[in-house]
Amino acid sequence: MTSQLEVENLQAGYDDLQVLNQVSFSLQPGQIGCMLGPSGCGKTTVLRTIAGFEPAWNGRILIDDIEVSSRKIHLPPEQRNIGMVFQDFALFPHLRVEDNIRFGLRGIPKREQQSRIQEMLAMVGMLAYARAYPHQLSGGQQQRVALARALAPAPGILLLDEPFSNMDVDLREQLAREVRNILKQENNTAILVTHDQHEAFAMADQICVMNEGSILQQGSGYDLYHRPANRFVADFIGQGVIIPAIVESPTTVKTDLGLIRGKHEIDAETGAMVDVLIRPDDVVHDDESTESAIVVEKAFRGADFLYFLRLDSGIEVMCLAPSHHNHKINERIGIRLNVDHLVTYSRN
Amino acid sequence: MSSVFASYPSMQRLWKPGIFLVAVLFSLPIFTVLSFIVHPSSEIWRHLIDTVLGEYLMNSALLMLGVGAGTLIIGVGCAWLTSVCVFPGKKFFAWGLLLPLAFPGYIIAYTYTGMLDYAGPVQTWIRELTGWGVHEYFFPEIRSLGGAVTMFSLVLYPYVYLLSRAAFLEQSVCVLEVSRTLGCSVWSSFYRVALPLARPAIVAGLSLALMETLADYGTVSYFGLGVFTTGIFRTWFGLGDPAAAAKLAAILLMFVFTLVIIERGSRKRAQYHHTTNRYSALPQYRLTGHRALLAFCACFVPLLLGFLLPALQLGLWALETYDYMVDASFVELTTNTILLALSAAVIAVVLALFLAYGKRLFRSNSVAAAIRVVATGYAIPGTVVAVGVIIPFAWLDNSLDGLLREHFGISSGLLLSGSLFAVMFAYMVRFLAISVQSVESGLVKVKYSMDEAARSLSYTPVEILIRVHLPLMKGTVLTAFLIVFVDVMKELPATLILRPFNFNTLAVRAFELAADERLADSSTAALMIVVVGLVPVILLSHSISASRVGS
Repeated sequence: MTSQLEVENLQAGYDDLQVLNQVSFSLQPGQIGCMLGPSGCGKTTVLRTIAGFEPAWNGRILIDDIEVSSRKIHLPPEQRNIGMVFQDFALFPHLRVEDNIRFGLRGIPKREQQSRIQEMLAMVGMLAYARAYPHQLSGGQQQRVALARALAPAPGILLLDEPFSNMDVDLREQLAREVRNILKQENNTAILVTHDQHEAFAMADQICVMNEGSILQQGSGYDLYHRPANRFVADFIGQGVIIPAIVESPTTVKTDLGLIRGKHEIDAETGAMVDVLIRPDDVVHDDESTESAIVVEKAFRGADFLYFLRLDSGIEVMCLAPSHHNHKINERIGIRLNVDHLVTYSRN
Repeated sequence: MSSVFASYPSMQRLWKPGIFLVAVLFSLPIFTVLSFIVHPSSEIWRHLIDTVLGEYLMNSALLMLGVGAGTLIIGVGCAWLTSVCVFPGKKFFAWGLLLPLAFPGYIIAYTYTGMLDYAGPVQTWIRELTGWGVHEYFFPEIRSLGGAVTMFSLVLYPYVYLLSRAAFLEQSVCVLEVSRTLGCSVWSSFYRVALPLARPAIVAGLSLALMETLADYGTVSYFGLGVFTTGIFRTWFGLGDPAAAAKLAAILLMFVFTLVIIERGSRKRAQYHHTTNRYSALPQYRLTGHRALLAFCACFVPLLLGFLLPALQLGLWALETYDYMVDASFVELTTNTILLALSAAVIAVVLALFLAYGKRLFRSNSVAAAIRVVATGYAIPGTVVAVGVIIPFAWLDNSLDGLLREHFGISSGLLLSGSLFAVMFAYMVRFLAISVQSVESGLVKVKYSMDEAARSLSYTPVEILIRVHLPLMKGTVLTAFLIVFVDVMKELPATLILRPFNFNTLAVRAFELAADERLADSSTAALMIVVVGLVPVILLSHSISASRVGS
């Protein structure tokens, strides 16, 4: 199977400043990818280079096996068969909703235009608003129109540039799931750019974590959380602390909280000092346990409590406990380790 | 770099230098005039310092003080009444109070002079009523400093009114309500909260009114007042000393720049004075009985004196003189004026589009600075612009002429000075700022992401200009065009100085007839100017009735 999008060793930047450094990834047809990273990591530049708004300095981009960007080739955006949803939606304020969608449907008979518009509006649940102007719509509604407009010409790839960042926090994940369902229904290939991991988890099949212009790790949300390839990814995705440990055997380390056994071989010699990533869900509250720690701080999160605990050795860890376990600050509670995925980093 | 123009590199390469060229060209007159500050003093200049400079300074200061007080009282008072009080006629006054803006100062001055002088209808009526004879009663002389202050206040208060009303309407209702809960009465919340919050906007409006006062030539020259603009004329054409005239112009420019700095600073501060983003309907104080009557009168009197009465008088005169004034030459005069204004407006809009799109395209500080320099022009009095245009143009003419005579033995005569080109150039110096401002405000609405959205939907840059930019920019471009058109029609001093021999505009004709004391005869030309001047005022009033934030 050929891939819908192929990015190979891409380098790009603005003026004299190189922003992207050897970025490579690919998407299969129907796959939803995500560039995830802190602001300034270059994720938007990746998207804009794919769209053709920025030139590639080196490397190349292929859409449908056609080279669209390289050092020599630069296909203008209008010839790339892409669709794009912008952060501010960029709906044309002088056009009605239906005409915004019609905008990308040139060159096909009026009748087909009309049926495609109806189809798109029905898909995003906006049929009732066909004759409304953008300023009469709420943010979420504008977003749906923007999505419908981008999808109407049936682009090969849909590019979404932080499409939910103007939304209420409560709405973001719900909208991300909705958009995912729409894209999956139509079997669209898409790339999302975001700094919000929950959005990324809710929407993407494959996530590229970026920092300082490079992709640090690619994988599913599950992989990134449980098998972060390096400290940056571990820190950026989810919560957790890093505590020191000694390698006991090729698959076991010894920590202040006891032995942790992993499924894979550790990349360090026995007896060496390593760092171990401990997620809040790795530490289980257990009144029976012999190990205990003092509650330093706690955050009530509805279904659970996030406890910040101090071990007798002074090391602090986090613990996720069901919310009926309500303990006071400075109280000593029993804990035990339940690590499914042992993640170690060599010390430098 | 995503602007639609970014796809045409060759075009881009010419664009940036073009912007700087335009900026240098149209700020040349300003720098020319400024350079005369350090110019060595002539005999005449020393004479001027000893004799009339003090008078000019004094009169200008008194004019500014008087007009400042007048426009403040009328402008702020009416703005407050029409923004937070409810009384009969409020809706009408909200926009009706802008109508005096259609009157150039000099036209209202002629009209009142005609109405109030000895042979005018008012004094005639008094004599008939009382049986008094000549000099048996006291009647204030309209052709005086006080008269000029009154005239300017009547037609310039809309600037203060417009900006302070906008400021009152933008004030968060919360701030006013908080002041009530803290024990302020309706009126003390006006003095202690609303007024201080609106102060930057009021100051900005006031500076605009004062700039217009300083720029005026028609009124002060007709009233025979010695101020800078009349002084410049006298020194140049009476005493024949352009350098001394330019020195006077430079001093006037200093005053103007001070006002520009105050105005820009105030506008900036006005933005910071928004404390919350929540807006709801302003509290409306319902006035009844004599209070309502008082409010009605307070709004009606400025409108009556500043627009209704003089318009009526002009209309009556026009009816009287219509027969012999509207002839072939009047038609030609009108055609001339309209053609001149049309071409100036077209050029100003094209240049403004060039500059504003350049600014959007390059997003560089130097380009923005160049455009800011061009945008100072709106404050420069027409007299000063004329001085600044004629000096370099005359120099160019003379150099070219000298060169041709020397090498080819032919004379080129005066190519630039005294040509329509010089007139047009002066209009650009003065009015380009307005069109740039207007176009820029429209361009803000076309976000960069819209260009990109259209390109991602398979549109080429040219198609985007036509399908996206044009419809979004249509309104503002039209407004820019209209404002320049009307301003050129009203413009007097620069046209008066720079026009080619025997070339007249309506404004110049009205001025000449009035100067010959043919006030009634000047009414057709004057009325024409006022009627055209009404168009932008009506547009403005449209936007003002829809300007409430959040509604």
